[in-house]
Amino acid sequence: MATKETLIIIGNGMVGHHLVEQVIEAGALARFDVTVFGEERHRAYDRVHLSEYFTGRDAESLALCDADYYAQHGVTLYSNVKVTEIDRAAKTVVTASGRYAFDHLVLATGSFPFVPPIEGRERPGCLVYRTLSDLDAIRDAARNATNGVVVGGGLLGLEAANALRGLNLDTAVVEFAPRLMPMQVDREGGELLKEKIEALGVQVLTERATQRIEQGEQSRLRIVFQDDKVLETDLIVFSAGIRPQDELARDCGLEIGERGGVVIDDHCRTSDPAILAVGEVALWNQSIFGLVAPGYQMAKVAVSTLTGGDARFGGADMSTKLKLLGVDVGAIGDAHGERTPGARMFRYLDPLTQLYRKLVVSSDGKKLLGAMLVGDNGVYDTLLQYYANSLELPKEPASLILPQQSGAAPALGPGALPDTAMICSCHNVTKADICRALDAGAQDLAGVKGATKASTGCGGCATLLKSVVDFELEARGVEVDTSLCEHFAYTRQALYDIVRVEGIKTFGELMEKHGSPGHGLGCDICKPTVSSILASCFNEPIMDAAHVPLQDTNDTFMANMQKNGTYSVVPRIAGGEITPEKLMVLGQVAQKFELYTKVTGGQRIDLFGARLEDLPAIWGELIAAGFETGHAYGKSLRTVKSCVGSTWCRYGVQDSVGMAIALEHRYKGLRAPHKIKFGVSGCTRECAEAQSKDIGIIATENGWNLYVCGNGGMRPRHAELFATDLDDEALYRTIDRFLMFYVRTADRLQRTATWRENLEGGLDYLKEVILEDSLSLGDELERQMQTLIERYECEWANALSDPEKLKRFRSFVNDERPDPSIIMTSERGQLRPA
Amino acid sequence: MNVFAVASNTLPAMRWQPLCRRADLVAFSGVVAWLETSAAQVALFYLPGHTPELYALDHFDPFSNACVIGRGIVGDLNGAPVIASPLYKQHFRLSDGQCLEDERVQLRTWPVRFENDHVLIEA
Repeated sequence: MATKETLIIIGNGMVGHHLVEQVIEAGALARFDVTVFGEERHRAYDRVHLSEYFTGRDAESLALCDADYYAQHGVTLYSNVKVTEIDRAAKTVVTASGRYAFDHLVLATGSFPFVPPIEGRERPGCLVYRTLSDLDAIRDAARNATNGVVVGGGLLGLEAANALRGLNLDTAVVEFAPRLMPMQVDREGGELLKEKIEALGVQVLTERATQRIEQGEQSRLRIVFQDDKVLETDLIVFSAGIRPQDELARDCGLEIGERGGVVIDDHCRTSDPAILAVGEVALWNQSIFGLVAPGYQMAKVAVSTLTGGDARFGGADMSTKLKLLGVDVGAIGDAHGERTPGARMFRYLDPLTQLYRKLVVSSDGKKLLGAMLVGDNGVYDTLLQYYANSLELPKEPASLILPQQSGAAPALGPGALPDTAMICSCHNVTKADICRALDAGAQDLAGVKGATKASTGCGGCATLLKSVVDFELEARGVEVDTSLCEHFAYTRQALYDIVRVEGIKTFGELMEKHGSPGHGLGCDICKPTVSSILASCFNEPIMDAAHVPLQDTNDTFMANMQKNGTYSVVPRIAGGEITPEKLMVLGQVAQKFELYTKVTGGQRIDLFGARLEDLPAIWGELIAAGFETGHAYGKSLRTVKSCVGSTWCRYGVQDSVGMAIALEHRYKGLRAPHKIKFGVSGCTRECAEAQSKDIGIIATENGWNLYVCGNGGMRPRHAELFATDLDDEALYRTIDRFLMFYVRTADRLQRTATWRENLEGGLDYLKEVILEDSLSLGDELERQMQTLIERYECEWANALSDPEKLKRFRSFVNDERPDPSIIMTSERGQLRPA
Repeated sequence: MNVFAVASNTLPAMRWQPLCRRADLVAFSGVVAWLETSAAQVALFYLPGHTPELYALDHFDPFSNACVIGRGIVGDLNGAPVIASPLYKQHFRLSDGQCLEDERVQLRTWPVRFENDHVLIEA
């Protein structure tokens, strides 16, 4: 076997990491030994969402890969190691700890924030916003501060301003130009943007040139402007643009652009063919590309070059859509209409709803050259497709930006998109790629996402992707059949609405009124589904006669059937807290009925091997000792896992056990499309692993941070931060709404994680519905939850009081004997199925 | 004439015998009875108002090797009444015990009928 060549990558930012992924994906590890040097302490993280670092996300959740991803693939990563020199003659790179030889070198060193040469800029409290370390420094400086100023009102400046707001500082933005975001918006757009941002309590000062920074009088620092006006502040964040980090390349004599940047050709090669450059450090055709998508494209091209391919980088579209301080801003192509002579413009300005839209159209009115949006990016995707694919505009282009009610605003159907249409620019996925994935066997949105990675970068294309997938599935004759089963031509969600609106209380009535013709019995799909819907609407005991034939065996016998036909019994141990007395009762019951005992992952104790006819006696003893059913058998709330919290732990900041118990009692018995797990951690160390739960709660100094839609299991998913610093009441209210909305809208057997991934509009939409009450559903959802909570009763206590219900708990209706086919054997001192 | 009669030379002569009572059954669901003469476990499914309204199948599930069939969910697929195994969810036709997912598997069935309040089985 030939010896491998050595590939060194300098830089472990988003693009550097993508390059490693591409190398792995291309199978190029067979050819290269890869070593990566990252100057930062953290491995590659999501810089696009950096500001969330102040609203609950930590470095780990921002990381772009698992901690052992590199090691698993045999890639060597040196974090926190600065490369100090490239020796091109010897083909080595130099760090403080030694020299490393390379056959190929890729520079992915990115950029650094530019701090204008202002007198006093070295004072303590003068900071920048680029890396996690920068954010740590900002957080430290904010500790004893009440206000902060961002110098620079561009895209990054507004993000920094958002971060300062997140630290509860009075925030001001100072911009040299006459408007905010001068690169992206024009005067009207800038005015509107300023109004909207000021409405959020952020002070905006435009046309201000900062002259010097000196000691403040009321605050730590004072900014003196050109006109000698002053502004006092405790800290300053400079955000006056970025510059390519090209020092290493400069020092070793690679060709550098006039205003910085390592010059590359279409193959990402620098002036030294053994050295490539990608991302924000690279200068292609006199341009630096300060967005992640073109960086990813360069990474792909670089891997092709390294492996002898001929892929070329041909520039990139710099269209962007952003949500800055909650305000939508979008810019497509030649948004200012400056690049094409004869371009014509359409403008729509609504001062009431604070909406600004502008189209730049070719002189013949047929092609879209650019667009600018402030206040609402709703039409961005459609406009981008017109622009990117040079589609012919409708006869009246203005209809694209006029509000819905006053005209058409025809959304561009997926069918009108050509095969080359770029759907996901982060991962370079075209409509043709999606069609190929479908042809190769992907059957739904999730399958397409898995096969193409589309919509797994910034996620901005989620809605578009879904419409393309749905359209293509339909075009392939795959009828996207959303019928629950052959008995009901409705989705679970539709059935839920029918049951609720019509007040239908039994399966029979629902089948009679809405079942498919000719089918009377139902099946093992629709019966448990309808049972769950009825339970989450009315919460009648599942053992009531009308509901009995609907239940899965686990619900019928209120225990979990195991592989030999015996059952396991799991009493509720709320929050995992149990008295010694109750613990002993569990031991005694297990001993008496010869049950195998095991501690579960949800901090409870599972008693296995219970015979059907023993279940009532087992529960009689458990209930007498104060236990209640744990619903381990139901598609319902399982457990609320907790750490010991502030009661015992020196790090705890809230009583996590108390909260876990309160939550478990609040939501016990809630029947849902699938099981629901909670976790409550008493501090940010997260010992309860709450971020892997459907509902995760992490204590803060000020209350609780709420995370939603996490999952362990087959496809682990980190829960996403949903709301921060809630007090107890707000936490209950938010979870009430969230859970009820999930119960209403999810498909059958769909955990919150999958539900969230398929939810159109994603997390933002969910926040709008739950936190901002955009559908005016909040009160109704809370009331419905309250009704369910009030109607809770322990199903086992209910059954034990009713001899009719207990009749089913016997192996044979005509004989007292236990099932003779169940045979147990002994292992490690306990019984198990033979 | 009984359409469910299974010709067999090895078994003793079949006869109709009482198994349990109508009140022991659960409508649109299953219960299990012990058949002393064959030492067998019989799952009984009761569909009042349907024809026929009573079925008897072997309680033993060959996929899990456990006696669980009587605790599955009763339903119909393409018009034919079926029972879904509670463990691995295969469907068995109530009329002849045929597994719909695997044509090689068929559960034993017995002729059953009501006589007044008694359930009779031919075994």
